[in-house]
Parts: sequence; C-alpha cells; structure tokens
Amino acid sequence: MPKTEKEKGFVDIVKKRYKPKGAFHIIEANQPIYNKDTGKLAGVTNPRDMTYIHSYGGEAVFFDSLGKGRLMASRCDNKKCETKGSIYEPFRIFCPDCLRKNTVIDITEKAQKTAKIHSFIITHRSGAFNTLPKPIKFINIEFDEEVVTILMSVLVVGEPEIGKKVVPIFRTKNSTYTIMDLMFVVEGTKESELPEDFTF
Amino acid sequence: MIKFSDKQLKIPKLMRPVYLATVGMSKFDRAFPETRTEELCIEALTAAADFVKMTPRELKQYIHTCYYGHFADHFGDQLLGEAVIHDRLGLDPLGNIGVKTGGATGGSAMWEAVKAVASGYSDCTLALGWERMDEVPTDEGNHLIACAADKDWETPLGHIYTGYYAVMAQRYWKIFGKEEDSFRNTMAEIAVKNRGYARMNPYAHGPLKITVEDVINSPIVAYPLRTLDCCLMSVGSACGIVCDEKTAYEITDKPLRIYIAAGSHTLRVADRRDMKIPLLPNEKPGVYDDLGKRFPGGDRYPGFTSFLAARMSAYYAYHMSGVNDPSEDLDLVELHDAFTISDIQTYEDIGIRPYGEGRDYIESGDAYVINPITKKPGKLPSNPCGGLIGCMHAVGATGLMQIAEIGYHIWNRWDEIHESEEKWKKFDRKKPKDWTSLQVKGAKRGLAISHAGVGSHVTCTILMNPNNLLKED
Repeated sequence: MPKTEKEKGFVDIVKKRYKPKGAFHIIEANQPIYNKDTGKLAGVTNPRDMTYIHSYGGEAVFFDSLGKGRLMASRCDNKKCETKGSIYEPFRIFCPDCLRKNTVIDITEKAQKTAKIHSFIITHRSGAFNTLPKPIKFINIEFDEEVVTILMSVLVVGEPEIGKKVVPIFRTKNSTYTIMDLMFVVEGTKESELPEDFTF
Repeated sequence: MIKFSDKQLKIPKLMRPVYLATVGMSKFDRAFPETRTEELCIEALTAAADFVKMTPRELKQYIHTCYYGHFADHFGDQLLGEAVIHDRLGLDPLGNIGVKTGGATGGSAMWEAVKAVASGYSDCTLALGWERMDEVPTDEGNHLIACAADKDWETPLGHIYTGYYAVMAQRYWKIFGKEEDSFRNTMAEIAVKNRGYARMNPYAHGPLKITVEDVINSPIVAYPLRTLDCCLMSVGSACGIVCDEKTAYEITDKPLRIYIAAGSHTLRVADRRDMKIPLLPNEKPGVYDDLGKRFPGGDRYPGFTSFLAARMSAYYAYHMSGVNDPSEDLDLVELHDAFTISDIQTYEDIGIRPYGEGRDYIESGDAYVINPITKKPGKLPSNPCGGLIGCMHAVGATGLMQIAEIGYHIWNRWDEIHESEEKWKKFDRKKPKDWTSLQVKGAKRGLAISHAGVGSHVTCTILMNPNNLLKED
C-alpha cells in the first residue's frame, strides 16, 4: 500500500540545519517465529520502516539538472594536473589525481552525439524497492575520448548491443531527483515512444 | 591513464616471518533458523583448537589481538557485531577490530592479522569471519547487497547487484569468449567441476552431480550467466590463527608460512580509467602489445574484462613470496569463483594464463585435481573444496575458508577434515557412496584469492611449507 501524505517524511534545510517533518518511521509489532515441526519458539520478526536523510553535497547540481533535461559532468582544469582535461561521468566533485575541485560542465549535446553502448546486461531479477519495469536492460555508456569513464544507466526503448548509439532522456515531469531521472533510448527513437514523464 | 609511482609499487615487507598455526570452520548452509551467529563462530574456533589438539581455552591463551571479518551489518540489524562475537568467544579485554571489504572481507581480516604479527605488535592473532544473510526475505537481501554499489548512481537502478556486475561478464563473453559455444561450455565445466568437488566436502551446501548441459539449460539470471554459473549465498564462520615463529611452534610442530597482499579498484565499474597492464613476474614486456588485435575491443585495460585489484594483489604477493610463475611454483589455488566467467577472468589477472587465454586453464585439464584428459594429477588444481559455487559464500568467512582449505592440503590433512563419517552425520549430510579424496598429493605451496564485488578489494594469500620457501627472508 502506498503511504499517505501523513505517513511520509519531508526535510528542509533552514539556517544550515535539517528540519524534518512528518513520519520517518512507522512502528509495527514483532511476531514470533515457531518451528512448525517441533512447536518450539526459534526467534521473532523485527519490522523496520525508516526514511533516511541524505546529502548530495557537490553532486546536487547533477541530480537537479536531470529534471531540467541537462546532463552535467565535471572536468579537471588544473593546469598542473597530468590528467588535465579529463571529463568525468559519473560526475566527480574532485579530480582523483590532483584532488582539486573539478569544473562543472554540461555534456548534454556531447551525449546526444556520441553516446554508445560499451556493455550491457538484461535481467529479469530485481531487489526490493525496484521501480523499473522488467526485464531491466542495464547499459554502460561510452562518450567521446574526452570522457574517461563509462556511465551506467538503463535502456528503456530498443534492444541493447555493444557499439549501438543511444541518446539520453530525462524525467522532466514528476522528477525523482535521483539517477532514475536519467535513462537512455536507442538512436532514432521518437518522442512518442518515450516512457511517461520523460523528454529528450 | 592511471600511472603508479615507484613508491606505490614498493614490494610490501613483513618485518618478521609470519606463520599460520591452525584453522577452523563451521558447517555452511543457506540458513540456520535455529542457530545464533555466535554458535557458528564458536564452532569455527573450537575446530581450530581441535586441529592442534588443544582445548579452546588453551588456544585462546595465545591470542593477543583479534581481527573480525563481517561485511553486512545491515542484514543482521546489529552494529558492533564484532563486540558481540568477541565477548561470546570469551576474548575480552583483548583489542579487536572489525574489517569490512565486501566479498574480500575474510581475506582482509587475515591481511590485518598478519600485519599485526609482522610488525611485532602481537605474537599471536585471530582472524575470524562470519556472515548472516538468511534473516531477511530474498528480495530485501538483493536490495541489501545492492547497497554495496554506489547508493546514488547504481543502487536505485533495479536494486540488484547482478546488474552492475554482469555487464563485465557480458563484455568478457563477447570480446574474449567471442560468444563461442565452446567458451560457453568451458564456463559450464567450471560449475560442473566445483559443484562436483563440493560433493566430497561435508561443510559444503551446494554439492551437485551435474553436466555441462544442466548448466547451459539452467534458468538465465543475466545472460550469459545462468543459475548454475553463480555462487551460493551462505551462512557460516571460518577462522585462522597466525603467529610469529616462536609462538607458532609452541602451538604446532607444523606451522605454515603465510604471505598476504591487497589491491583495490573503483567501487563503480563506471570509474575505471585506462592504464597500461602491470606485468607479473612471468610476463615479458610487450606481451600484450597485440592484445587488441587478437581480441578486438580488448585493448582497454582493465576495462570491464579484468580485475586490476586482483592483478595488483598478485603483483605484491608474488614478489613478497618469490613466486615467479604460479603454475610452476604453486601446487593448488582457491579462487573467488563468484561466477564461472569471473573465475576465468581471475586466471588471467593472477598470471595462471595470459590475458585472453584464461579458458585454456580449464580446457587443458590443469585446473582439476585429476586432469580429465591425461588422467594424471592436474598441474594446478583450483577450488577442490567446491569454491563459492559449490561450497559456500558466507561473505565475511569466505576468504578464511579458502585459506583453511589450502592449509589442509599443505598439512596433508585434507582427508582427515573431509572424510570422517562422524562429521557428515554431525552436519546432517549424506556422504556420497563414491566419496573420493581430493587431497592434492605432495602440496607444498598454495594461493587463495579473496575478492569483493566488482573488484573493489582483493587479497592474495600465499601459504608455504616452511621447508619449501622460494625466497630467503
């Protein structure tokens, strides 16, 4: 059963402090576990329903931009760094080599032009809390040579194949402010084929 | 491009020789609904005492500090579980610490225990690991395991670790396996071998007498991986006691020399950057210059097809211990066969075969206790206990179980541990009528790889009979 508004937890930041409001946990009684063969008590269930509070820190710009239809990455611009010019997607706040703060850059157009599948996997399995339709088509995405990493995401229109060109789509309506606001479709997909709430 | 400095490539040095004095294990199973974790840990430590004909009380008198491997606190809803176990083992007020490095947790606990002895801080240490993954429903367990991936960038995508891992298998399958049926068969042979070996192991909870066809026809988990290609999910405990030379010979007249090293690589496979292949002692410069030509797409290193952490742990451990060529210098190995395909990848990472040729280790018969082609002893048997696919994967205990199993072979006591009718009965398991000894005859040196997730942490442990060392101290 989905939670009602009264059963949800919300958080704001006021004067640099978290201000939670609403319900962050719901108490439920534990239950005995019996061995049906012997009739003996073996243990108990321990129900837990909690809501965590989590800071994106310097990555917040990445997650905020997805709902605006933009794919942000970061680049080391430190002239003294031997890996200067490397672009990171997944976004890294700091350069892993010189540990200077990276420059935030927009790679939406680069992704639209150069993204292709490096590897993929299709699975019918998932864990608790999954909201993706199954089978899930995991893909790893290469961009051009400036991007030194390989982004993981999911393909939601088309069939995956190594080397196939893909383009990003964004959950610009009803954003979740998570990585679930970014998915990919094969090149040539029409706007009408996109999942609900997504746009190019 | 990642580059290492000379200081980073320094060969680790133990400041004095370290010995493995004894080991012990509990029974392993998918679930223990009527057994507390401490009961399993006490079973493992008691077995270690029995192995050197001591009472637990006598053995405990030697222990100075303790290193506990337990990965997934959130499965058991118990923080400081190490303190619970430490108290129940009756080892307070000794110093202890918990180690958590995913699937490599057991190996990492031993890494810490060895360093404590090598430095002189302790003369005798306990490395003990356990895992408890049976106390949540499977789908919630999948979510909890997926929490070992990046919580912002990966976990929300399906809450299923298999998805983050199997993309590597897919890439290896296509680039190095060339999607050949023969490669698919080789993968299946690993599952057949390891589940078959597990039939001879009373501790194992995944023994099966199966065929290549059974593996290939088992349900798909994530193509090309099928159910029987995948490791078990287990509960249980294992331990080892390591000492300086004097203490080791007080506990037993046959301690083993132990060397151990660790490597690491990114938590997200996404973050892997290109680099040159670090070479092991048995690889000549230039050997991989044409790798991309022979295997188109295989020139990105480590890419998705290799485990840099495994290579680095082997690099350090081989140089520490004097191993030049694992196939020539070692008598057996216990590898982290989380999946059949990752087992093949590891053969290459640790230099049993060159990159791109891992499959040959199985196809040649070298990886078997008895080579199925020549009917003679295999050159370098792997996973005679059944490995993670056939014996167990109780995360925090796995690396320690592997070290224990290598030890049993070098001590020439594998049969004593695995054969007795009494033990099969105690574990409520039926000993097969065709039970066969898998003791690797004349084993003097062995290796165990303990590996985390997509390769974030790996340890390489090498055990040797002290009379058969390869390098002077």
